[in-house]
Amino acid sequence: MQVSMTVNGEEVTRDVEPRMLLVHFLRDELGMTGTHWGCDTSNCGTCAVWLDGEPVKSCTVLAAMAGGHAVRTVEGLEQGDVLDPVQEGFMQCHGLQCGFCTPGMLMTARALLDREPDPSEDTIREAISGQICRCTGYSTIVRSVRWAAEHPADAEEPAPAGSAS
Amino acid sequence: MSTVEARPDPERVDNDQKPVGHGRMLRKEDPRFIRGRGRYVDDLQLNGMLHLAILRSPVAHARIVSIDASAAQAHPKVKAVITGADLAAQGLAWMPTLSNDVQAVLATDKVRFQGQEVAFVVAEDRYSARDALELIDVEYDILPAVMDVRKALAPDAPLIRDDLDGKKDNHCFDWETGDEAATDAVFADADVVVSEDIVYPRVHPAPMETCGCVADYERIEGKLTLWTTSQAPHAHRTVYALVSGLPEHKIRVIAPDIGGGFGNKVPIYPGYVCAIVASLVIGKPVKWMEDRSENLVSTGFARDYIMRGEIAATKEGKILAIRTNVIADHGAFNGTAAPVKYPAGFFGVFTGSYDLQAAHAKMTAVYTNKAPGGVAYACSFRITEAVYLVERIVDCLAYQLEMDPAELRLKNFIQPDQFPYTSKTGWVYDSGDYEPAMRLALDMAGYDELRREQAEKRERGELMGIGIAFFTEAVGAGPRKDMDILGLGMADGSELRVHPTGKAVLRVSCMSQGQGHETTYAQIVAEEIGIPPADIQVVNGDTDQTPFGLGTYGSRSTPVSGAAAALVARKVRDKAQIIASGMLEVSVADLEWEKGSFQVKGDPTRSVTIQDIAMRAHGAGDLPEGVEGALEAQICYNPSNLTYPFGAYICVVDIDPGTAEVKVRRFVAVDDCGTRINPMIIEGQIHGGLTDGVGMALMEMISFDEEGNCLSGSFMDYLIPTALEVPRWETGHTVTPSPHHPIGAKGVGESATVGSPPAIVNAVVDALKPFGVRHADMPLTPSRVWDAMQGRAVPPI
Repeated sequence: MQVSMTVNGEEVTRDVEPRMLLVHFLRDELGMTGTHWGCDTSNCGTCAVWLDGEPVKSCTVLAAMAGGHAVRTVEGLEQGDVLDPVQEGFMQCHGLQCGFCTPGMLMTARALLDREPDPSEDTIREAISGQICRCTGYSTIVRSVRWAAEHPADAEEPAPAGSAS
Repeated sequence: MSTVEARPDPERVDNDQKPVGHGRMLRKEDPRFIRGRGRYVDDLQLNGMLHLAILRSPVAHARIVSIDASAAQAHPKVKAVITGADLAAQGLAWMPTLSNDVQAVLATDKVRFQGQEVAFVVAEDRYSARDALELIDVEYDILPAVMDVRKALAPDAPLIRDDLDGKKDNHCFDWETGDEAATDAVFADADVVVSEDIVYPRVHPAPMETCGCVADYERIEGKLTLWTTSQAPHAHRTVYALVSGLPEHKIRVIAPDIGGGFGNKVPIYPGYVCAIVASLVIGKPVKWMEDRSENLVSTGFARDYIMRGEIAATKEGKILAIRTNVIADHGAFNGTAAPVKYPAGFFGVFTGSYDLQAAHAKMTAVYTNKAPGGVAYACSFRITEAVYLVERIVDCLAYQLEMDPAELRLKNFIQPDQFPYTSKTGWVYDSGDYEPAMRLALDMAGYDELRREQAEKRERGELMGIGIAFFTEAVGAGPRKDMDILGLGMADGSELRVHPTGKAVLRVSCMSQGQGHETTYAQIVAEEIGIPPADIQVVNGDTDQTPFGLGTYGSRSTPVSGAAAALVARKVRDKAQIIASGMLEVSVADLEWEKGSFQVKGDPTRSVTIQDIAMRAHGAGDLPEGVEGALEAQICYNPSNLTYPFGAYICVVDIDPGTAEVKVRRFVAVDDCGTRINPMIIEGQIHGGLTDGVGMALMEMISFDEEGNCLSGSFMDYLIPTALEVPRWETGHTVTPSPHHPIGAKGVGESATVGSPPAIVNAVVDALKPFGVRHADMPLTPSRVWDAMQGRAVPPI
């Protein structure tokens, strides 16, 4: 079947099997491998993307269900050469190690901050509680999201498109 | 001597620090990860690539009567269906494990655990490959399964390994350490003896990225390239050469970015071999990625030790001896990846951080109808089990003596002047200063205040517990005279090339799975030769590009490869000094090193930088007599001993008396890993391990029913901590350098996984003291805690 959607603002159309999962559509059909796959049961959240502005687990959404809708992935966070503050925050506060859960965490964090620009630690923990990180122990992820909250993109000095070295 | 440093402010983020050497520095690998531009195995797409899926056994123990693959073969998108019989015809049905046992690549005679590999399909896409699995018809003759490890050696137990010549029972190996007679004598005369049955249940590392590979055999060159989730690419290459018969120089193993390992990616799994066979047969690239259930039911598990611990002491609380009897469940094949002479890993350090008169351990390892593995989940080769045993039994002693557990530990520590300390089981602890670490942890926790609060709460019937654990690890395997895996010595290579413009490439044999090696190793080299970390590219995970070495596990990267990186940099610096002497027209002895340059002693105005020297080394001008051009070196580092990091952990829990739910309120972790290279990365390693500890202590367990069905085959059933189950970690540190490591560093990657489970369990048991509970086994789920409160705690297995 033919499926059309916008991904990070660009219209895409592909012929796919009706059963194809959105995560596989993004990774295998579009070659956008920033979105990862980690379990079969919607528990780990490493596949989180936005569907019409809301975080969803793309292993539990059929590509066909996303037809006609807007998808945003980790590849769509950076604007021009300016990183999203959540991306900068994760670098600054060591919010990642192996990097596998990171794209999903970033998408959830961005959604949280859009809804609630100054979240408490408890609110952040609640927001990312549908996602598993095996490396960081979460404290640095919480710090990273707080860093982003304290350095919003529309501040006078935008977060630099940093390089760690 | 150790130093106690001021506690760092965990919230402090200093963006300006960019040290030329050790210090907090942001990670060089992060810019790609935060953009979703990491390169993991499953991200790889090659032209013409096919997809492999594995048919697994639905039962734990059965004879294979017949396999009919004709319907699968007829599927229009299927390229091949391969069974054990097909592999057997090529002599490929069995492969060696890393413990000199053998494991079936595909079952030929019997299946021996649920989830075992029976056949595979190669198809044009991953969905079709899965579809075709459904079309394979296997007839099984079901046999009784051995699931209770305590009954594995019973005379009437079904024989699992009838593939082994002359095998008559399920015995795997026996192992013993220490002096039994001396230990028994001390026990016989002791004032107090406390015994406890302590189980460390089977758990699973469950990295976020499952295991998988892409095999690409190029027929014209006869070269196999394998992109794979491997923590040990060089060791894997050698095993593939031995198994497949391909010459080793025609095998290139590439481990790209790895989504977490924790020991799960040390073994060689049948799926890798199947993908290699498929690419050899079909001549096209073949991808195999297991799904989450396959990862949980078939790949390397951890722990599964049933321990009887006993401790002897004076009535004043002087610990005299510890002894233990262990039944070790190794599953259907012995897939442990420990050094050959150490079948029980480094469990021999069960004497802990205490100065004993005697110690003894005896172990019986058996086969059961469970998945193979054993050494995984950041265990430092079974030190998780050893530390859990000693720290639990010491708490049982404190309970019996009605002594404060902190006081009891302080009273029995090995003292600073006893290092290097040879334990009663023969381990030579390189350095340690335990009391300052313990006191710092007590101070950070506000221990006395916590005890007061606990006393008040007990009056009101509230359940609050304070748990202490003090651990000593033994990491950095290891000296090649003692330690090898499949005959491969555990030394590690390192190569450093400084280019003409003073930029450098460091190639190392270990393999990052998220530990930040690209940053840490650049800092190690920067500290030694003064080239900024940003100018040093670290290459790992490619056997064609890096020197030989055994990889990353057992917290060995910094103790072994880190030492190799420092020493190769010093070798380059020595050469640079000779070249500098020619440039400055003075003797080598008249030069002194100021980070980044050589200068004439007494005349700092006459100096050359490492960058100047690099250009001269590659330039047209003369070099001193006997000096070759270029500025590079290669070494292989053979550690003289392990390193012995240690730490003091304090956990505070609250238990809901109505639901028995345990909440970890606070966790204080003081670690000493010797010289600290990048404190930010160290803290991250510790946070991760502490979270593992919460998982194991309270949530995680791979369990089975009596018929051998795995009950923990998904993240719905195998529970892993989320951000809601863990507290905000409080970390501190002391610094006691290793005397034999070139920069004094010790490993740290597994310290917290080792040290946190006993701290948490000790806290829960402490909270349950009003119920007369002295011990309860992990995982301390609400139902198990509830049972303990009712006086009916039972072992989980």
